[in-house]
Amino acid sequence: MNRNTIFGGAYALAFFSFLFGPLIIMALTAFNSSRFPRVAPWECFTTNWFGELFGNARLMEGLMNSVIIGLGVVALAVPIGLAGALALSELPSKLRSTLYTVLILPILIPGVVLGISTIVLWGQISRGIGAGFLYNGYFLTIVGQITFVSAYAMLVFIARLQRFDATQTEAALDLGATPGQAFRKILLPFMAPAIGSAAFITLLASFENYNTTVFTVLSESTFTTALASKVRHGTDPSLSALAVIIITLTLIGALTNEAFQRRKEAEAGGRASRSPLYANPITRALTHPGVVFAILVAVIGGITYAGSQYDSSQCEAAILQEKLDRQEALRAEQRARIEAQEAEQGVTVPKPDSAFGGAFGGVGTSAPAAPAPKVENNSAFGGAFGGIAPPQTEE
Amino acid sequence: MPDTIPDRSVLLDHVTIRFGTYTAVDNANLKINSGEFFSFLGPSGCGKTTMLRCISGFSEPTEGRVLIGGKDMAGVGPNKRPTALIFQHLALFPLMTVAENIAFPLEVRGVSKKERRKKADELLEMIALPGIGDKKPGELSGGQKQRVAIARALAVEPDILLLDEPLSALDLKLRQHMRTELRAIQKQVGVTFIYITHDQGEALTMSDRVAVMSRGVIEQVGEPDRIYNRPRSAFVASFVGENNALQGVIKGQSGETAALETPMGTFEARVGGGRKYKAGDEALLFVRPEQLIPGATENAFQATLARQEFEGATNHVFAKAGENELRISMVNAGLAGSLPGQGESLSLGFAPMNGTILPVGHMASET
Ligand SMILES: Nc1ncnc2c1ncn2[C@@H]1O[C@H](COP(=O)(O)OP(=O)(O)OP(=O)(O)O)[C@@H](O)[C@H]1O
Ligand SMILES: [Mg+2]
Repeated sequence: MNRNTIFGGAYALAFFSFLFGPLIIMALTAFNSSRFPRVAPWECFTTNWFGELFGNARLMEGLMNSVIIGLGVVALAVPIGLAGALALSELPSKLRSTLYTVLILPILIPGVVLGISTIVLWGQISRGIGAGFLYNGYFLTIVGQITFVSAYAMLVFIARLQRFDATQTEAALDLGATPGQAFRKILLPFMAPAIGSAAFITLLASFENYNTTVFTVLSESTFTTALASKVRHGTDPSLSALAVIIITLTLIGALTNEAFQRRKEAEAGGRASRSPLYANPITRALTHPGVVFAILVAVIGGITYAGSQYDSSQCEAAILQEKLDRQEALRAEQRARIEAQEAEQGVTVPKPDSAFGGAFGGVGTSAPAAPAPKVENNSAFGGAFGGIAPPQTEE
Repeated sequence: MPDTIPDRSVLLDHVTIRFGTYTAVDNANLKINSGEFFSFLGPSGCGKTTMLRCISGFSEPTEGRVLIGGKDMAGVGPNKRPTALIFQHLALFPLMTVAENIAFPLEVRGVSKKERRKKADELLEMIALPGIGDKKPGELSGGQKQRVAIARALAVEPDILLLDEPLSALDLKLRQHMRTELRAIQKQVGVTFIYITHDQGEALTMSDRVAVMSRGVIEQVGEPDRIYNRPRSAFVASFVGENNALQGVIKGQSGETAALETPMGTFEARVGGGRKYKAGDEALLFVRPEQLIPGATENAFQATLARQEFEGATNHVFAKAGENELRISMVNAGLAGSLPGQGESLSLGFAPMNGTILPVGHMASET
């Protein structure tokens, strides 16, 4: 082994830990019963954070809203993007670059500006035409997001359209198709994969958008805005649980897609290029994307069920007891020290319990789920850092 | 089919097509007859595709009219014209199977699925490719794709089939085979074929009539042998087949023949295109390489043999006469014959009917 490979290996390791380290740590914290997301010290394996996540009414309502808004955005942004891309491909080149700039502009404008201008504009419109029902969070968020999300969709379509052979449409017309038939039977099937990707990208862009949405959503909240306000009040491992769910869904999607792509490639290529997996009927069936998807879903479903049955209360009770014991020991120690001091100086001091508690803002306040001694997150220190409470050293 | 034979003619009535200030087709005026195999022959960029797109309805003429079957086609879209176009690159639909491709014209006309399949199978039978209906175009060879494109165009049951250099992507052997096949299909279906090519061999062997185009202008229309033997312009004479050109000055004309004075001597030759010349007019004399005969007494002159290229059946001999290098084709007489050696002097001549006097104009190599 020479120096280069050692260096290369170390570099790759560092690179991948940098990429995936945070994700792995975060995923682990979702299963630690500690009230604050952390891996060490490991307290108890628990699945309660998932329950806590689904029990959060504000987040779940936000999720519902996000889905509604996301579907609305996809339904409008994808056709708008497609229309824009088609218009661009038909125009003479001078007009094209002008229109391109206009259509792309919303991506370059800060989301905050888009959000504020959306509410200002639609506020005016709804008051002007007396249609107050237009001034609601769902509608405003959908129109606000469409302004830039449809530009993403358009970029996807432009890339695909560049590979379209325009004589295909001409051939269809020449063979007697109406322009509408040529569009439906020739261009749309060609664009189908791009429509899929555009729908996916627009859904994600809508779902994860914060800057614009936080203004346009008015008094409602989407998943992202609800999450942001939750984080502002301090984080807990239920967010890690959310991360685990998102990572899992992404992995299922990615693996299924990979299986699909490989199969398509193998079917497009000659027999020689196929892996032997495709020769055997059993392995051939197993590598079918549908089967891959079903297996993944079944495995995840099984794990989820097993997890939901798991009860960590005994372990947590033990940990709690341990902590209480330790706290008791500390107090006893302190009391002993004070008594010794008293005996020496003959001075009376206040009760040790309140002095200790006052300094840290209430040691020993016990929550039912994990009644470990802890520091409240709305303390001055936590607040200064925007709610991300630093790891406490209360033991 | 109706009792009367349908009118499958195409009339180009003073058609001019411009792109901005550029004139791609200049005052084309000709009639293509019902059931004819008609070719447009010309070098790349001379406006052949432009002409075809105008006939099929993808563009309207800037001036003039296009009539198909006697009807003016102004404002009639490509999907409403009785034409079918086979594109330069075929434009088969890659996402559909071969059968779906062929039945596409029926599909858009609302024919039932069962009937479409039946028709597709019939057409596949006709192009001698039965049983490939379920393949995708990507799985076919060049020649097969070619035939599928023809079948798809015929499924329209067009009156006019337009073909834009459909054989240019094929190798030589396949091209020759497809020529015969195309001609056979045309005879079988009786449809008017308008065929575009820059390959003169293709145009001459397949066509009933040929139009030679250059720089947007139709230079000459006629049967292949007339195009070859009786060119009417310097361009046609130089573009179709090999030709020797000599520049000179007219000394006098008497009826069909005229005398042309050149640096190599004065020659008697036929006047091309029935033109009239005055003494002193500049003109060009064209003589085919195979019509320059060693030892001929008429129009005789002396030349020196410069080099030769052996090509099996024929021998291409290049002889210098004054400033000009002349090309002579000699049949290989085998071991019994004898070929002149390098640097030897050679007496050449040609029959006056085999020389053509044409006005000075641009030639093929200058396009
Ligand atoms: N849409 C257009 N806009 C401007 N000019 C064009 C357009 N289409 C064709 N031309 C010009 O018209 C001329 C003729 O083009 P055309 O495609 O008819 O040539 P062609 O004879 O088919 O050549 P080839 O054998 O190479 O296919 C070319 O000089 C071309 O640049
Ligand atoms: Mg062309």
